[in-house]
Amino acid sequence: MSIDHKIIQKIALLARIKVSAEEREELASELSNIFDWIEELDKVDTTDIDPMTSVVQASASLRKDNPNDGGYPERIIANAPEAVEHFFTVPKVVE
Amino acid sequence: MILTDLTIAEARNMLIAGDISSVELTEAHIRAMEATSSLNLFITETCEQALSKAKKSDTQRLSGNQGKLEGIPIAVKDLFCTHGVMASAASKMLTGFTPCYESTVTKNLWNAGAVMLGKTNMDEFAMGSSNETSYYGPVTNPWQRINEPKVKLVPGGSSGGSAAAVAARAVMGALGTDTGGSIRQPASFCGVVGIKPTYGRCSRWGMIAFASSLDQAGPLTRTVRDSAIMLEEMAGYDAKDSTCINIDVPDYEAALQKNVKGVRVGVPQEYFLEGMPEEIRYIWDKGITWFKEAGAEVRDVSLPHTKYALPTYYIVAPAEASSNLARYDGVRYGLRIEGKDLQEMYENTRAEGFGREVRRRIMIGTYVLSAGYYDAYYLKAQKVRTKIADDFRNSWKSVDLLLTPTAPSAAFVQGEKINDPIAMYLNDIFTVPASMAGLPAISVPVGLSSEGLPLGLQLIGKPFDEELLFRGAGLLELAANFKEKPRLAA
Repeated sequence: MSIDHKIIQKIALLARIKVSAEEREELASELSNIFDWIEELDKVDTTDIDPMTSVVQASASLRKDNPNDGGYPERIIANAPEAVEHFFTVPKVVE
Repeated sequence: MILTDLTIAEARNMLIAGDISSVELTEAHIRAMEATSSLNLFITETCEQALSKAKKSDTQRLSGNQGKLEGIPIAVKDLFCTHGVMASAASKMLTGFTPCYESTVTKNLWNAGAVMLGKTNMDEFAMGSSNETSYYGPVTNPWQRINEPKVKLVPGGSSGGSAAAVAARAVMGALGTDTGGSIRQPASFCGVVGIKPTYGRCSRWGMIAFASSLDQAGPLTRTVRDSAIMLEEMAGYDAKDSTCINIDVPDYEAALQKNVKGVRVGVPQEYFLEGMPEEIRYIWDKGITWFKEAGAEVRDVSLPHTKYALPTYYIVAPAEASSNLARYDGVRYGLRIEGKDLQEMYENTRAEGFGREVRRRIMIGTYVLSAGYYDAYYLKAQKVRTKIADDFRNSWKSVDLLLTPTAPSAAFVQGEKINDPIAMYLNDIFTVPASMAGLPAISVPVGLSSEGLPLGLQLIGKPFDEELLFRGAGLLELAANFKEKPRLAA
């Protein structure tokens, strides 16, 4: 499986990580190597095998849909890089 | 008597008898932390808080109100949210992040009376097997090669700071987390005991997420008994983690009174690797002999999909990581690097805040979950994961425990593998399969390599049978009689 710099660019966009042109080449070769190694899995016959979606065999426990926490906005924004009153702020998104 | 050489059990008994105070014990460990500061064990030290907690603890004891870890100084991996104390996950992204709440597992330990000395160094977001991906610099293993004492060795990872701090006698025990071997492999490299309990045994609430279907908290200590004491206090049901199982936590320390006579111990043939160092085979053979001599029934078993566990892990874990780490967007907490618009602000923040290995894994995870590749990689891996778990389920028909080496080598040299991801990933070849199946597993130090470095054996158990795991580990500990101390210990 060969991963080229175009695929890297696409993944970087999806992952929202800025990748320089130089890094693109490096990542393409690193990820190609890793996926060559992962290719080994093609040898396993998984016909009619269910995917494992839960580690523990237990049904999710239910609770009443009542609020049981909250009411402290100052704690919620305490670690925000930028906040105004009780709001997180972001760069302007609407012109 | 050297207070930092005491085990948790010994210190507990002396505290109860009034022979020592928690303040004395805590002060001795603060001095030990200073003496070992060159190892870079801690990201944050909380010595003042520790002393004031120790004082309270001593007063509390006089009033007859004491927890099972009353006055015992321990360290916490910097992956746990601790109220008012930075939780960085060893990342630039979370540098300065000060949680407004306490993780369930740490809360349980403080309720039992434990004293926190600080937050230990680790691989960034728990991604690594050498503690070299930390934004705060690498941890040095307190063990040295006999013939090359100047060569700095890695402590393993990702709980490298925790394992090294326990080995160096800077703390009595430490909290770690294990996703694919992050407690057991550093335990083996540093000559300490480390257990990853069954998935669902400990609450994951307040533990910074890496791969949610694999992450589990566990203790690192110098003895099996100490691990039993710590895990019992950490474990238990928590409504805040929907994968945490609501069953009783047994008295793990009491389980150590039982021997292993008649216990069926399996030796998985697929763990014999071509080119495996002779010393690893030797300690494994010794382990087999010890179990036989103790009256256990040792038999060969087959886990045919073992070799697929690691490539499966490197699809599943990065996929979950890419999703979990999407929360670091520069808006709600952590680093923010401005850009010309929102999109660029995200991209700059994540490029700057995450280190190389974390970026690499997010990219892998994003790729295997992306349209057109999901079925070929992610779904395929989930199916292979079923087969890996089935292998273990089948083996439980004929055995009660599995015995394997913990890691394919002793501690290696800093810088040796950091630029070769696959070589680094292969460190977890023996620990990843149990993680994939959610099974409990423990590493116990059993001997030294010819270079004078510790080697560990791993026991894997049935779901929620940590008691038998502790019994088996107790036998290995007794038979191996591992009493060596690293040269760079306090």
